[in-house]
Amino acid sequence: MEGPESAMAVVAGLRTPENVTCVLPRGTMFARGLKRKCWDGDEDVEGAPAAPSYSLQRQSLLDMSLVKLQLCHTLVEPNLCRSVLIANTVRQIQEEMTQDGAWQLPAPPVAGRGPLDHLVSTEILCRAAWEQQGQRPAPDLPSELPGALGAPAPGSAQSCIWEADSSRGHRGSFPKSLDQIFETLESRAPSPVEGLFADAGGPYYDLDAVLTGMVGGKSGPGGGDGLQALAPAGAPPPSASCKRDLGELDHVVEILVET
Amino acid sequence: MVLQPSERHYRDWSHRRLGPWCSPTGSPAPLSCETGCGEGSWILVCRLLVPTQVSLLSMEEDIDTRKINNSFLRDHSYATEADIISTVEFNHTGELLATGDKGGRVVIFQREQESKNQVHRRGEYNVYSTFQSHEPEFDYLKSLEIEEKINKIRWLPQQNAAYFLLSTNDKTVKLWKVSERDKRPEGYNLKDEEGRLRDPATITTLRVPVLRPMDLMVEATPRRVFANAHTYHINSISVNSDYETYMSADDLRINLWNFEITNQSFNIVDIKPANMEELTEVITAAEFHPHHCNTFVYSSSKGTIRLCDMRASALCDRHTKFFEEPEDPSNRSFFSEIISSISDVKFSHSGRYIMTRDYLTVKVWDLNMESRPIETYQVHDYLRSKLCSLYENDCIFDKFECVWNGSDSVIMTGSYNNFFRMFDRNTKRDVTLEASRENSKPRAILKPRKVCVGGKRRKDEISVDSLDFSKKILHTAWHPSENIIAVAATNNLYIFQDKVN
Repeated sequence: MEGPESAMAVVAGLRTPENVTCVLPRGTMFARGLKRKCWDGDEDVEGAPAAPSYSLQRQSLLDMSLVKLQLCHTLVEPNLCRSVLIANTVRQIQEEMTQDGAWQLPAPPVAGRGPLDHLVSTEILCRAAWEQQGQRPAPDLPSELPGALGAPAPGSAQSCIWEADSSRGHRGSFPKSLDQIFETLESRAPSPVEGLFADAGGPYYDLDAVLTGMVGGKSGPGGGDGLQALAPAGAPPPSASCKRDLGELDHVVEILVET
Repeated sequence: MVLQPSERHYRDWSHRRLGPWCSPTGSPAPLSCETGCGEGSWILVCRLLVPTQVSLLSMEEDIDTRKINNSFLRDHSYATEADIISTVEFNHTGELLATGDKGGRVVIFQREQESKNQVHRRGEYNVYSTFQSHEPEFDYLKSLEIEEKINKIRWLPQQNAAYFLLSTNDKTVKLWKVSERDKRPEGYNLKDEEGRLRDPATITTLRVPVLRPMDLMVEATPRRVFANAHTYHINSISVNSDYETYMSADDLRINLWNFEITNQSFNIVDIKPANMEELTEVITAAEFHPHHCNTFVYSSSKGTIRLCDMRASALCDRHTKFFEEPEDPSNRSFFSEIISSISDVKFSHSGRYIMTRDYLTVKVWDLNMESRPIETYQVHDYLRSKLCSLYENDCIFDKFECVWNGSDSVIMTGSYNNFFRMFDRNTKRDVTLEASRENSKPRAILKPRKVCVGGKRRKDEISVDSLDFSKKILHTAWHPSENIIAVAATNNLYIFQDKVN
């Protein structure tokens, strides 16, 4: 299958656990697993709105992971094992998102707090954001997608992380950095942070550059410009098939945004 | 640094003898394989605080000690971050117990000798020696601090009257000698009693200096410093069974050292990719085989264990055996890899098995079977549905350790809320216990704890959402031959004993 229909079908297929195995290509994440394991607490909550869509959850996880990777600008060298594990998680999500052809646009952050030491049900965070918006996620995915695009839920998860991690990180720079990332996502024009983001790939993060920056210990006390401090990785250009997928991606995004 | 523990003034040391270094102290209690860890009950022997400036400790029920200690005692609530215990290790006889903390200090406890007068004091551990092993350093090239936190301590088997241990922080391994001195020479010719030089004109006779008894002093001296061999953070050290070499492992490399040579080490494993952008896996732990000096294992962040034979080649990049369990597709999620990352690997005392700890389970592997573990124990499976939150607050990256008991029949590991778990491999029973001040009085029997996973919560159970994730038991140790365990909870060290009789 090619074209936007396939993307829609894949995402639609993710909606209910039953038809996951029919629709998902081999090797991608089982939505059922993700839904039950990632979004904590939704099984226990009665009368709650439906759990956030798989795409939303995945996007939120991606955002959280990217923030975690960039929060390593302390005086002590970052934990390499942790960085590698987070980077691998980001790669997994990216690979799956590329296969799905589903990209979520970001939303402005909404105030929210997540205490560090005790469990926070991420589903509740998302629910709080929806209640603020006065909307509930629609059960049908095709109509849900535009709603999801505009939903502030990823933002609320992000801002929680910022709040929670502010003791460790450099507060001022992160909204800026993350905005720059999303700017790049939306416009696909070369952002001010040229070194970090590959040119031709467009919204495809140059994850390796981030990882190299972490791993090479290039994070210094001047962590506020952490992104600029990361050396250009000279990552190999995206493969031809990737470019084709991203071309489809643009098409999908165009369609979705217009609806 | 020389330390004079002043409590020794108040004890009669005339009956003390050095050693024994050839045989374990006391008669070993029946091991849990006979009593079963589920049926056996554990009692708190003592809770030891490791405050910064004090070399004494308090045991709430011992009035004599408390009187002595009062002048030195610090408020319990003053626990500073530097006091957080980061490693615990018994020596090979179990007579000594070493702890390292985030402030770079090592504190060694010694088991109370058995005496007819105070039988109940047997099994208690008192401070034996305290020294500053590592200091914070600054790497000027990278503009980064090197933490002084002690990552691991490993004892060398005792070969003479002194004790030797290796302690390491992120970058440097040190060999420390801990020795006792209870005699000193007196009657020098050229120096007077205070050590001042005498005026040669006043010396009219010659005499031979004699050794006279003195108050016992325990001194710790650094004998070797093994530095500048690790670019990445050291996570493991392991003494080889030949007692001549040891290995140190960081995230990407493992080095082999000779104890006598500090300016050279052999690199035996290197998994650093040529292009760091391709890095997807790191070394998380490594250990030598207890009997075969050519064999060692190392674990990775992808949940695999590699067994290597140093006779095969100089650089052991090609493993002899590769242990990996196939993934369970029904449990797959974006967190699968993270929770499969192995945080600790330990050989059994027999050398036949290895035990690995990942985020949710402990697994026992037979060295002869690489395809899957022979036993899997769920430590806190109720966290499986909370992985996203645990990822958010970074708890999913906590590195728990695991230990075998002396007979390899029981394994133990820590969890959250100051809980720790024991699994009896023979009876398949398990127990959850808690190391906390509120719930344990000295000599009281520990009550098994239970976490309720949903539905109705019984009276003594605790619900998953009430667990305190800041109270984690990462480090535990088991006496080599007796049922005595040491559990580190933040800045507290709990010593529990199996109640026999």
